[in-house]
Amino acid sequence: MNFSSPYVDLPQRLTVRENLLVYAKLYGVINPGNRVAEVAESFRIENLLNQRLRRLSSGQKTRVSLAKSLINKPEFLLLDEPTASLDPDTTSWIRELLRQYRDKEGATILFASHDMREVELLCDKALLMKKGKLVEEGTPTQLLEKYNRDNLEDVFLQVNRRKEE
Amino acid sequence: MTGLKNSSWGRILALFTRYFFLLRSSWPRIIEIAYWPTMQMVMWGFVSKHFAPSSPELTAGGVLISVVLIWDTLFRSHISYTLSFLEEMWSRNLGNLFVAPLRPWELMLGLACISLIRTLIGMVPAALLAIPFFGVSVFEMGFPLFAFFFNLVLTGWAMSQFVTAILIRYGLGAESLTWVLPFLIAPFSCIYYPLSTLPAWMQDVASFIPTTYVFEGMRALLIEGVWRQDLLLQALGLNVVYLGLGMGTFLFAFRVARTHGLLLQAGE
Repeated sequence: MNFSSPYVDLPQRLTVRENLLVYAKLYGVINPGNRVAEVAESFRIENLLNQRLRRLSSGQKTRVSLAKSLINKPEFLLLDEPTASLDPDTTSWIRELLRQYRDKEGATILFASHDMREVELLCDKALLMKKGKLVEEGTPTQLLEKYNRDNLEDVFLQVNRRKEE
Repeated sequence: MTGLKNSSWGRILALFTRYFFLLRSSWPRIIEIAYWPTMQMVMWGFVSKHFAPSSPELTAGGVLISVVLIWDTLFRSHISYTLSFLEEMWSRNLGNLFVAPLRPWELMLGLACISLIRTLIGMVPAALLAIPFFGVSVFEMGFPLFAFFFNLVLTGWAMSQFVTAILIRYGLGAESLTWVLPFLIAPFSCIYYPLSTLPAWMQDVASFIPTTYVFEGMRALLIEGVWRQDLLLQALGLNVVYLGLGMGTFLFAFRVARTHGLLLQAGE
């Protein structure tokens, strides 16, 4: 299991490499140095490895946090708004990378997001929550058909407003 | 999990590596660790020198300098443990740590290891400098020095366990406890004066504090030349009790914090 959230930081005074190395060791990864190099390449942060985290932009920090979340090749991955503060191009390839990881490793990803387009693109099943309670669930296709909408954002709005009535 | 190896020692080593990286990331911080004990030693060294002709019993065997150094061991041990934990809170890293297969007792052991290293970094230079500066070598005590040092390190860890338990449960609002607690027990510890100096009620309280026995034992050794093993054993017994209670309190606070989702919220 592993986790990434923009609201939970890694130590800012350590370099990217040191942070990843510590987590590789915490998870008991064999050959932690090699694994750090692998995830750094995947998330295109090789050139940041020797920089302290506090010097990075928020988008770069998000990529480091995601790299940390895959350091142990988790079977279960918790992601809280994983593409927050990323530009559209980076968001696009990160989504693709996560999808490839899921398919290759057979991993389960539990993904919290307010970006309904992202949910539509990445998720097999969506759970809509309101005030901590589950109010709707189904595959994106099922939800679109059920509410007769073109996108999940409209579904979300309809569900949310319906419940407030 | 294929391709992975996992053990408690591996995780403790990983934590230790993390604290080592933090330590080496800032030379001013390393210097600061050694700076305060050295300044204390220099200041009390001159106080001791000043009183030596008029009050030889106060300064016999370098007792004043020795107790200052030994008291600072407790302070450093406690501060090093708690500050390392606070670093996790300041950097909002507890969530990441405990999603990893890290157990709370492994965190406690990792903190204890780095606390010991930081305490040694702080105390050894000060103790070495006391030799050329004031002709006082605490190393001449031999095994008793190790026993005193070990007991005070344990007391420091026990205090830290209580403080970190409060921090993990109530957050950074309780941060100032880190600095307050050692001074709360200082008057009862009889660092600079014998136990008999205290009024009866304070002596009763002091009898529950391990450091009292350490400093009484130290005075007996340095002034009277008597090695009081019984005092050391009493200190050790109390330390074991407080460490057990401290660990229990931390584990309880950790469970409450996890249940209430406080680990993810902890931070600035």
